[in-house]
Formats: sequence, C-alpha cells, structure tokens
Amino acid sequence: MDRAVAIDVSKLGKVFDGATAIEDISFQVFAGEIFGLLGPNGAGKSTTLRILMTLLRPTSGQATVLGHDVVQEPEQVRRLIGYVPQERAIDRFLTGREHLQLLADLYHLPKAESPRRIDELLRLVDLEDKADQPAKTYSGGMKRKLDIACGLLPNPKVIFLDEPTLGLDVQSRLRIWDYVRGLRARGITVVMTTNYLDEADQLCDRLVIIDGGRIKALGSPGELKAGLGGDIVSVTLSTAEMGRVETLAAALKGHPAIRAVSTTQTGLDIRVESPEKTLPAVLEAANRLACRLEFIEYHRPRLDDVFVAHTGHAIREEFPNAEEE
Amino acid sequence: MNEYRQEIGALTMRWVRRLSREKFSMLFTLVQPMLFWLIFFGNLFQRAADVRVVQAPNYISFLAAGVVIMTVLNNGLAGGVDLLFDKENGFLERLMSTPIHRSSVILSRFIFVMTITSLQVLVILGVAYLFGVRPATGFLGVVVILLIGLLFGVGLTAISMAMAFSVKSHGDFFSVLGFLSLPMIFLSSALVPLAAMPTWMGVLARFNPMTWAIDAVRPLILSGWAEALGPVAMVVVVMVAFDALCLYGSARAFRRAMG
Ligand SMILES: Nc1ncnc2c1ncn2[C@@H]1O[C@H](COP(=O)(O)OP(=O)(O)OP(=O)(O)O)[C@@H](O)[C@H]1O
Ligand SMILES: [Mg+2]
Repeated sequence: MDRAVAIDVSKLGKVFDGATAIEDISFQVFAGEIFGLLGPNGAGKSTTLRILMTLLRPTSGQATVLGHDVVQEPEQVRRLIGYVPQERAIDRFLTGREHLQLLADLYHLPKAESPRRIDELLRLVDLEDKADQPAKTYSGGMKRKLDIACGLLPNPKVIFLDEPTLGLDVQSRLRIWDYVRGLRARGITVVMTTNYLDEADQLCDRLVIIDGGRIKALGSPGELKAGLGGDIVSVTLSTAEMGRVETLAAALKGHPAIRAVSTTQTGLDIRVESPEKTLPAVLEAANRLACRLEFIEYHRPRLDDVFVAHTGHAIREEFPNAEEE
Repeated sequence: MNEYRQEIGALTMRWVRRLSREKFSMLFTLVQPMLFWLIFFGNLFQRAADVRVVQAPNYISFLAAGVVIMTVLNNGLAGGVDLLFDKENGFLERLMSTPIHRSSVILSRFIFVMTITSLQVLVILGVAYLFGVRPATGFLGVVVILLIGLLFGVGLTAISMAMAFSVKSHGDFFSVLGFLSLPMIFLSSALVPLAAMPTWMGVLARFNPMTWAIDAVRPLILSGWAEALGPVAMVVVVMVAFDALCLYGSARAFRRAMG
C-alpha cells in the first residue's frame, strides 16, 4: 500500500503547565480516508487535533498537513482545512446564514460567489428553513449541522471533526455518518475524534486508540479485531459470586486454549483460540470452584474488546454496555 | 490588503449585529448610565460644589469633561468582554482556524469599541448642551475631544483584551475590572479638581492617565484654545506612552494565548 499521505504526525508531544496532555504521538493519515482518534475523555484527542489545526504549538515533535508544517507554515495549513469544533462554536445572536457569511469573508471567498455556496451548504445540512433565525432558537442537532456547514464552507481538502455526534440522538447520528461518508466520496480527507466505539467501528477506515495521551493501537477496525486473534467468551457471574471472580480467573489462566483473561464489571472476558475447546474448560473450572455462572456467550472480537485489550480498561467504566444497546 | 479589509469588515459587522440583536444591552449602551451621572450628579451637587473650587460657571459644566472620559474608561475596560466569551465558548478558536491575519479580530474590536465610544461621547456632549454647556472651542474642540477619547480608549481596550486572553475564568476578569474602575475614577480629576483633593490623593491622581485626559478636555469645554493647547499637547505625549505600554503588553498576552 503506497497511498498518498495527507497528514504526517511524528513524535508529537504537548505539555500544559507541567502536565503532559499527549506524548510521542505518531501516525499517518492517507488522502481520502476517514481517520479516527478513539479514546476516553481527557485522552488527548482534541489536543492532537488542535495542534494539527495550528491552534496549539506542540511542545515536541512535528506534524505536516498536505506537506505543510503546522508550526512553520500555519497560513498554508489554514487555507486547506475545515474545522468542526467539539464545543458548539456558535454565536447565539447570529443567524445560520450570517455565520456562513462571516466565514465566507474570513476565507476570502469572492463576494459574488458566496451566496450560492451558502445556499448550497444550507441545503446540504437541511437548514434552509431555519437559515434566517438566530442560532439561539436552534436545537442541539441543528447547531451541530450548522457547525458542519461552517466546517465545509472553505471547500477544504482536509476536514477535522471533533466529536461530531456527541450528544445527538440516534437519527441525527446516522445522518451525520452519512454526511461524513459523503465527504469521503467527494475526495475530502476526514480526521475525526470520537469516544463512541460503534462510531469508530462503522465509520472510520483506520483509527488510532489513544489513552492517557499515548497511542495504544493503530489500524483499520478489521485489522485491530483480527489482531486480537480468536474469539471472546464472556462469562457473567451472579452478583453474589462476584467476590470470587479473581479465583475463577486464576484457575483459567494457565489453560492452553486460553490466551488472556480479563475481569469486567459483571464477570470475565476470556480470549480464546476456539470456543469449542474452551467452553468445557470454563464450565469445568466453575463447577470445581462451585461458582455459579449466570450467563455465558461467545462472540467475534468487537472494538470494545480491542480497546480493553490495548488499554486494560473499558472506554466508559460507568456504562460498560452503553455501546451495544 | 483586500483580504485584510474583507476580514476586518466582516468581523466588525458581527459586533454590530450582536449589539443590534441584544435589545436590552443596546438600550443600556446608548442611554448610558454615564448620562445619569451627568444629569443627576451634575444637578444634585450644583449647590454643594463651590464654583470657586471647580473654577466653572456651574458643576455640570465642570463634570462634563469627567463624564466624557469616564465613558471612555468604562467602554475601554469592558472592550474585551465579548472576546472573553468568544474564548470561553470556542468561537475564537473557530475564527483562529481560518486563514485570517492574527490581528484582524483585535482590530475589528478596536474599531467597534472606538466607534461606539465616540457616538456616546457625542450623546453626552449633546445632553450637556441641553443643560447649557456650550464647548468654548466649538466644533473643532469637539473633534479634539473625540480624538483624546480615542487615544485613551485604545490603551484601555488593549488592556481589557489582554486580560480577556490571559484570565483563567470570567469571574477573574470581572473582579479585576471592578477593582480597577472605581479607584481610577476617584483618583482622577473627574469629580473634583486636583487642587481640592487631599495631598496624597492629588499625588496619586497625577499618575492616573485619566487625569491628564480630563484636564485636557475640560479647558476645551470651559475656557477656550489659549488655555487648552498646553494640556492637549501634554495629553498627546502621555497617551502615546500609555498606549505604547498597553499595546506592547497586550501583544505579548495575545501571542502567549495563541502560541
Ligand atoms: N488549555 C489547556 N490547559 C491545560 N490543560 C489542558 C488544556 N487543554 C487540555 N488540557 C488537558 O490535556 C488533557 C487532554 O485533553 P483533551 O481535551 O485533548 O482530551 P480529549 O481526548 O479531547 O477529551 P474529551 O473526550 O473529553 O474531549 C486533559 O488532561 C486536559 O485536562
Ligand atoms: Mg476533546
């Protein structure tokens, strides 16, 4: 694979007043792909994105966007990129159309050209009806759409989306996924952050998993899952038995068909070569310890499992199953 | 150059639009509280103030210069507030991700604040006129008053924007603002001439650039060119130094915040 490299990040680091936000971040984004930065809150996704967009200076390392160094040639970089920030960067007193007009002037679009372009974008994100209302009358989803229209206004070669679907309902999320795929179809390189596993899985061509400011894994969702090898057997224990989860894990660890055992909130995740060989062993061990199993299932590795395998914890500890429902 | 004009025009237009949408603050901006100072204070202390101390036909004509410069002070110190909110809600970041000159946002803010301030100064002078205060130096004098206001306002707005870029939270910003503005007013010749102050206050007031601005505006209103030219020349010198200091400091704060 020798695809054109759109973004090249090398050993990037950023320290804020003595606190390290990111460290030794290196990856390449290929032209025309959807590239994801997946990680929990505070992982350093936005910081990485801000450096690539010339909004922050890195403390160490380099990055280029379409061949331009983000520190040496910020002007050139800014002319080539679009940005959809994580916070809704919306002026509540301006209408949707006025937002786009403002940006049209900041990107120096010819005055004669901008009205047509603005109408086109308003149509693209379904905001034509509300275009002349102040943004304070918009719902969260509408603001997000306006954000996306703003990011697209300069007709960028590369667009940065910081958590584009955060806090949206299911329909809006699906619609935004469609927009993002539409961007790729137009040849735009998309770099996005997310802390939704299903979003990373379904939308991104390739992704990095970031945790604690460091890269833990890099690849396509398929490669990452295949990289784990084998399947996952999930065991659920009854709440009364949870105290003995470590004993059960210890009993299973030496088994030849078992690659790894990790505890979850409700029991164990066991990575195995083949479930057929392992299931009897698991049941036998539970029986021997008189440990009552509530539920047992096996599945192909999901991105959740990839995440846990590389970081040692679930992406959101509080809601371990939030992504599946 | 064309691009520069396009950016600054669009950014300035945004401030104007925002003001025109905020009906309430629009009202407060135009019918400024300062106007009440002039009307109520001016008339209230008419009897209490000794015309020999203030050296003016009446207190309101003495106070007019102070109220003009207080307006400049308040607008200037509050000039960074909108940038503070832009910084906090991420709008500033959106602006900075576009290929604009780094200075455009700041310049647009200067243009907007200075325009609004000049309009208000005209309103105040207009109201004072209704109370019988006729600027002794006429139309040209009013132009010079506006220019003095601009010179003072540029430095103040720069301080305010520098603070907006440096503070950690907007609570800090407003605390500093409140802490600065009252002493600035009382330790100046806005309400009382320096000669009538306790010595220590008079000494401190000499270090307040506001005093120099007021002492130049006052003879323009009360006396005439012969007495005004000296203080006007002096205030230009003081303000150039003041502005240079403020602009240097704010450029540093801006670069640090954006770097
Ligand atoms: N301006 C700043 N000053 C100080 N620390 C910062 C600043 N910006 C980010 N950080 C710190 O850097 C770390 C990474 O933050 P970042 O915003 O990049 O995380 P994130 O992955 O985008 O998280 P989220 O999913 O919550 O958006 C955090 O610990 C954060 O507290
Ligand atoms: Mg973030």
